[in-house]
Parts: sequence; structure tokens; C-alpha cells
Amino acid sequence: MTQIALPKIDRSIVSRKDEIVKSLSKLTNSENVLSHADEIKPYETDALAVYTQTPLAVVLPENTSEVSEILKYCYEENIKVIPRGAGTGLSGGALPLQDAIVLGLGKFNKILKIDFENRCVVTQPGVTNLGITHAVQHKGFYYAPDPSSQLACSIGGNVAENSGGVHSLKYGTTTNNILGVEMVMMDGTITRIGGKSFDQEGYDLMGLICGSEGLLGVVTEVTVKILKKPEVVKAALIGFPSIQEGGDAASEIISSGIVPAGMEIMDKALIDATDNFSKAGYPRDAELLVIVELDGTESEVNELLKKVSEIAKKNNCSSLKLSKNEKERLSFWAGRKAAFPACGAMAPDYYCMDGVIPRGKLSQTLLEIQKLSKKYNLPVANCFHAGDGNLHPLIMFDGSDKEQLRKTEEFGAEILKTCVRLGGVISGEHGIGIEKRELMCEMFNDKDIQQQLDIKQSLDEKNLLNPGKVYPILKKCVEEGRVHVHKTENKFPDLPRF
Amino acid sequence: MSTKQKINSQIFQDSNDIFYPKDEIEVSDLVKDFYKKNSSIELTGTNSKNFIGNKTQAANKVSLSKLSGIIEYLPEELYIKVKACTPMKEIEEALDKNNQELAFEPLDFGYIKNGKTNKGTIGGYLSCNYAGSRRFKVGSVRDHVLGFRGVNGKGDIIKSGGTVVKNVTGYDLSKLISGAFGTLVALTEITLKVLPKKQLSNTIVIKVDDRKKIYDFFDKIASSSSEITGAVFLPDEPDDGMFVKNKETIFKFNDLDFTGSYLALRLEGDKVSINEKTKKITKELDLNKFKIAILDNYQSSPFWKKINNLELFQNTKNNLLRIVIEPANGSEMMSYLGNKFKYYIDWCGSLFWVEVPPKKNNKVSEIKKKSIELGGYMTIVKTSEEYDYEETIFTVEPVRLMISEKIKKSFDPKRIFNPGKMYRGI
Repeated sequence: MTQIALPKIDRSIVSRKDEIVKSLSKLTNSENVLSHADEIKPYETDALAVYTQTPLAVVLPENTSEVSEILKYCYEENIKVIPRGAGTGLSGGALPLQDAIVLGLGKFNKILKIDFENRCVVTQPGVTNLGITHAVQHKGFYYAPDPSSQLACSIGGNVAENSGGVHSLKYGTTTNNILGVEMVMMDGTITRIGGKSFDQEGYDLMGLICGSEGLLGVVTEVTVKILKKPEVVKAALIGFPSIQEGGDAASEIISSGIVPAGMEIMDKALIDATDNFSKAGYPRDAELLVIVELDGTESEVNELLKKVSEIAKKNNCSSLKLSKNEKERLSFWAGRKAAFPACGAMAPDYYCMDGVIPRGKLSQTLLEIQKLSKKYNLPVANCFHAGDGNLHPLIMFDGSDKEQLRKTEEFGAEILKTCVRLGGVISGEHGIGIEKRELMCEMFNDKDIQQQLDIKQSLDEKNLLNPGKVYPILKKCVEEGRVHVHKTENKFPDLPRF
Repeated sequence: MSTKQKINSQIFQDSNDIFYPKDEIEVSDLVKDFYKKNSSIELTGTNSKNFIGNKTQAANKVSLSKLSGIIEYLPEELYIKVKACTPMKEIEEALDKNNQELAFEPLDFGYIKNGKTNKGTIGGYLSCNYAGSRRFKVGSVRDHVLGFRGVNGKGDIIKSGGTVVKNVTGYDLSKLISGAFGTLVALTEITLKVLPKKQLSNTIVIKVDDRKKIYDFFDKIASSSSEITGAVFLPDEPDDGMFVKNKETIFKFNDLDFTGSYLALRLEGDKVSINEKTKKITKELDLNKFKIAILDNYQSSPFWKKINNLELFQNTKNNLLRIVIEPANGSEMMSYLGNKFKYYIDWCGSLFWVEVPPKKNNKVSEIKKKSIELGGYMTIVKTSEEYDYEETIFTVEPVRLMISEKIKKSFDPKRIFNPGKMYRGI
């Protein structure tokens, strides 16, 4: 298996395991401290399952003051801490370290207050994204960001990764939809940022924490904004005979002044894969499939659908279906929502990438990915949140074949470099984690990264909270390049930390 | 003369000893030099909002006003990249040509300063992070910043973000510098998200005499699916002839045929959808029981401009407070302010603009206490000349101040940018 450079192990911590477990057991119910191999096994990876590591122990605190006590203890004893939500992250952000404890927020699973008057929900971080919508939908409200893992992913994890979903262009990502957080710093300090009112004065610490991948603090409570469901939601399912024509139509929809609630694009490979898998009834003759979802009032939505249809026809669409009812609208989405399992059914493994490009560069990007697919001789299927430029190529491979895994990672890195070259970024919603750490140098120079590290240093001066994630572990960007270490070599090479 | 001094001597300095660097490199050179000398800098743009915040006691003045101009505007990609001190007017004109806008509705602080329009520069908007009436629907200034470039307190040129709306690559520094009042970074470039302009706007004005009804309306408006993009309450309070007369003069519209306290809400879209929304909200708010006026597009647009120009408080010589609280606590704030202060409510019940005359300076602390009690905060946006600074301009509690100090240090270790502008020690 491919391995990646991680921070140097502090052997003195590893050798003190029993004592540390004992001390932790005094800070929470002893049943909440897991240290036996079979107990901690489920925590050795997140959804980037190619990387695994057994932690020193796992602690599952039950309340904020326990989190504070545990962090304070770890701070004083120089023990690294890996915060973890539901473990659905795709970039390895919750990958443990041998000399670290995993701080699981799984017991923080209650909604604390539903406040319709202030149109917000105060919740513990372990509640799932969809759980929030479920709690408020009886009054016609919902929580807007909808990452595809919303059934399982926790709201705390959403804050850490600034998760988006298919409706981000119109409704924003997590950072635009939260009002406040309670957070514990590495030294145990508890702080509240924001509340139920808008725009807290002073430095926007909530904006900083959102998307910080568990490097700056542990979120123990989140206040999210809830929105009233739009009156009418309709969708169009449009097939195009070429990538170019479909890409142009998507760009034209945006430039004509329409802000779709969601706009998704799937390429030929994914149309076939998902249609085989979920029998969604997609047009099999299309090279590119575009789903456009519009919401608002009845007349507004009808008017916009008319405009979208005109643009589709102008760009030579090969098929065009407008949803007549809610059932049909959901059927348009059925295939798209099954994209991941469909790819899973086609190959032993798939690697999901997460780049962002300017919308206008879609055709060019897809054509370049096709070329790369030939170069690496690995099949790829593409889905794309066209509204916000977020591209998810799914590379299919066989993980048991080391050479294929190596090639897959190289292929993925090349896709992300292409995104940056075309004016985009290397992660739209999955985060950097360990997966894209070294690629940060594609976007940022040493000075940019140093500023970010200085912020980290200012809030976690001992670098104990989720170390080794997000930022290149090698000394400088000039040494850039993904780090692979063979199993036969030292598992955690002694590399200088940034 | 050291090399650095030579460089500085080439950077234009006017008769008031203000430095005017013409590009990012010059900003960086200047800051590096001052960093070495441990010499503080007051950063300014075109001074349209320089009255906000504490007075900075800095040894030097650097105006970034020469960093002006649109770098790249791609309407189809929904972003505009500009130099930091590009006038807001220039940006809005460019967007308008493509039927686009900055959805956060930039406020015009010129009117409260001296009764004239002066929107200043985009850098100023970002540094203050004060959004207009559409805030409760579309977010604040910080929600529309996609990326920036700037110079930190050591003189290093840094960047964060990009030109795309979805971006999780490192800490989101664009948020952090929004509302930082120039204490972290000397901004050089800003990329903003732009959105299509709505075709038309209509405003329904509802005469409301019963104070208890206001928050009932706000609650229903905020919970409606009619996408209402503005909701403001203008009271005839306090019982002050001048205030009422001023209000009637400013908000004089052909179709607004009544006086007294009223609530106004804005509907945007095409003609058909506005009609549809009007029908729906009329039913939801049971408006048939109230006296209402409908302002068409020609009256509706200027109505909201006047709100976002803070024209009710134009030329004010008094203290002007900006209070943001939990909307559900708005009724309580209203009864507290009662007949004692001039005020109005924006953001569908969340934002209070309150004027406090110098003779009531001692009330400022009391109002701040109340704001915090009601789940919010208060900023003294403009102080009267007689203001004694007994109460601080901004609100911050000790733990947040401690964290803010640490962050400040990571950007500007020697505290050379706008020292004291926000808090003592920052």
C-alpha cells in the first residue's frame, strides 16, 4: 500500500500508553476510553481508506467540559490529538497517528434547540447533516448545504471541511450557513463564537474555523441557519451529443443571468455507469448529461425553465425532459445520486477527486481528463457541480494492484494540477487532509503557506491538534511532490516538520 | 542612506507626509521598512469610512488609494477581480453594464459623514464588513469575497482563496480579513462574487401603529418562501417633530400616501413573479386588514437606496449606533428604545440603527449592555465630537480578545498596522 509521510513519532508517548489511558479514564467515563486493538480498529481510517493507522487510544467524551479537560491534559503532556466526526471525510483529515489519541465526537449527537423564531438550530456536532433537516422539515424548513454523504456525515465534520453540496451556487457552503459555534482550543480554553445573530463584530473567527480541518480547535456546538423550503422546485434533464455543446450550454445558462439551485453534469462514462446501476432512464446516446434544478415561485420557475430549454436547444441538445412532478424530478437525480456506488460496482476501487475550475473551462478540462485517462490507461467517470465549478472525477482501479494505485494517485494529482492551471483550486469541498497536502504548493507559495502556519502556531503553539494535515510536511514547497514510502521502508520517515 | 530608505524616497509622499505606494511591490517595500524600524502605520483608502473605529495613533500614514482599477471581470464566471482601492462606484458601474451587482448591497456612509454620496473603495467595505438591507437573505460582505492578495505586517505578499465559489484549500483568510479594519493585512487585490441583478423591484409599505405587530410581521416575512429581499421598519419615534419631518421629506413618494410608522418589504424578480409574490405575501400577512401602499420599480429602487444611504441620519452630529441582535428579541429592544431615541430597524428585525445625542452619552453603555443581553452586539459607528469614549467602540469578551491578539500577532507581530483601531492591544 502507498504510504505517506507523517509527523515524527514521539516514542516516549507511545511507551506511556497505559498511563495515558488511565489518566484519560479519569477525565471521562472509563467506558469512553478505547485502547484495545479490536476496539480502536474502526478508527484507524476515514473514508480515504487507502491509508490506515492505529492510534494510541480513542476517547469519546460526552460533554464540552470533558473535551476541555482532555485537551488540557494532552496539551500539558504533549500528546497529539486527532479530532473525528463521523469519519466520512474523503481526504484523510481524520487519519490517526501512532502517538496520538483520536477524539471522537460521536456522543455529541443531540439537537439542543430548534428555534424557529430565530430560524436556526443549535446542535451538537455529531448530529448528521440530514438529521437537522429532518428535525425542522415538519414546518417547511431545511438546512441548505447538502453534501452527498449527508445521511451519514456530521455537522461538526461539515464545519471542519466547509462542506458544500449540489446547491452551493445559490445557497452557499457551510461557512455561509452557520451562525455560531462553541469551540475548545488545544489548551482547553472554551470559547463561543457568534450566536443566533448575524455578522459577529471583530475578527471572523467562525470564518476561520470553518474549513480548518480540525487544526485550530474542536467544535462542540454549532448553530446553523435554517431556510424555508422554496415554493416550487423543478428540474430539466438535458442530453448533449458532445462535451463541447453541453459545456457551452451550462456556461450560457449562468451567463444569461439564471442562478440555478443546482446544475449537475455527468459524462458518457458516468451516464452509462449510473443508468446501468440505478435504471434512472438517462439518454444513453448523450455524451454529456446536464441536470438543471430551479426553485422559486411557480411562474418564476416556469419562466426560467423556458429560458433553459431555449439555451439547450440553441446548443443542439439531443434530448430534453422537464420534470412534470416531484416524482419525476427525483428520478432525474436518482442516477446522479448513485454515481459513487455505480462506479464502485464497475471496479474494485474508485478514487474520487475534488477539483474546482472556472465553469467556462469545463469542456477543456473534461477533454484533458480523457487524454490523461488514456495516458494512465485507467477508466474515469466525471460528475461536475456545474453551478459552482466543482468537479469530481472518479478514477476506477484495483487497489490490490500496487502499480495501479500508484498510477491512480499520479493521475489524480495531474487532474488537480490541471484544475489549478485552468484557474481553479485543488479542493472544493473534500478538504486537503493528507491526500492533497503536497499539492498545496501548486496554489500557494512559501509566503502564503507560512502565513497559514503562523496562524496555526498562534492557536496551537505545540502543533498537537491534527498535525501533519493540510500543509506540506516537507520543509519547503520547492521539495514539492507527493511522498510515497514503500512498506519495507520506515513507516514514518523522520522528516523535518514544516 | 540605506537601500530601503532610497526605495521609500521614491514612493510618492504628499505634503502631509502620507505615502502613496503605486503597486503591491511598493506596499511590501514600505511595510518591510517600517517593520524593521518598528514604526506603526495608519492604513487608509480614500477616507470615506475613516471615522469608523478608534482613532489610530500611528507614526506614519500610508494611503492605498493608488491601487485602483479593475483587473479582470468575467461576467459569465460571476466574479470581478479588482485592485483594493478601486472605487465602489466604478465597480458598480462596470457590473451594471452586464446587469450584475454585488448582492450584499453596499451602504453609502457619505450621507452620515457630510450629507453627500461617497461610497469609497472596495477595500473599505471589506475592512468594515457592513452589508445593506439584503443581508438577511444573501449574507454579508464576507460572504461575497472569493479571494484576496495583500501584504502582512512583516511586508510579505500573501494571498488566499481564488476566483471560485467552492474552495477548501487552507484557512479561509478572506473571511478573517473581512471586518478586521485593516489591522491584519494591507489589502492589494480583492476578488468578489457577483450575481445577476433582479429585473424589477416592488415595495409594499404597510402602515403599522400597533408596535406589537412589527415582529409578528418580521417573523412571517423571514419564514415566507416568497423570497423577500428587504424588510425595514421606520417608526415615527421618538416624538420629535424634526425627525418625523425629516423622514417624510426623505421618503416622499407619489404612491406613499400616508404618514406615521410603517414597515416596508421588498419583492424582486420579473413582473409576473412579483405579482405572484405580492398575492402570496398579502395573504400570509393578512394585509387586507392594513393600510398599504405599493411602490413600483421607479419608487422602490430609490426607497432602498435611501435606506442603504442611512439618509435618516444624514449629517448627524450625534452618536450613531449599529446594533445587531437575535431577531426574536427585537420586540424587547423596541420597547427598551421606546420613545427615547431615533432609530429604525433593518434586516427583517435583526439590525437597529440608533442615534444617541451627546447629552445622552451616558446611555450608550446601557444600550450596549442591553444589546449583549439580547444575544447581540453594538458598535458605535460614528461618535459625536463630545463623545468621552467611556464605552468602547467595539464589543469583545476576554477569551475572544485573547484569541484575536494571537491572530493579530501571526499577521502583524510588531503591531504596526492600525494600532488601537479596533481594540487596545490590537
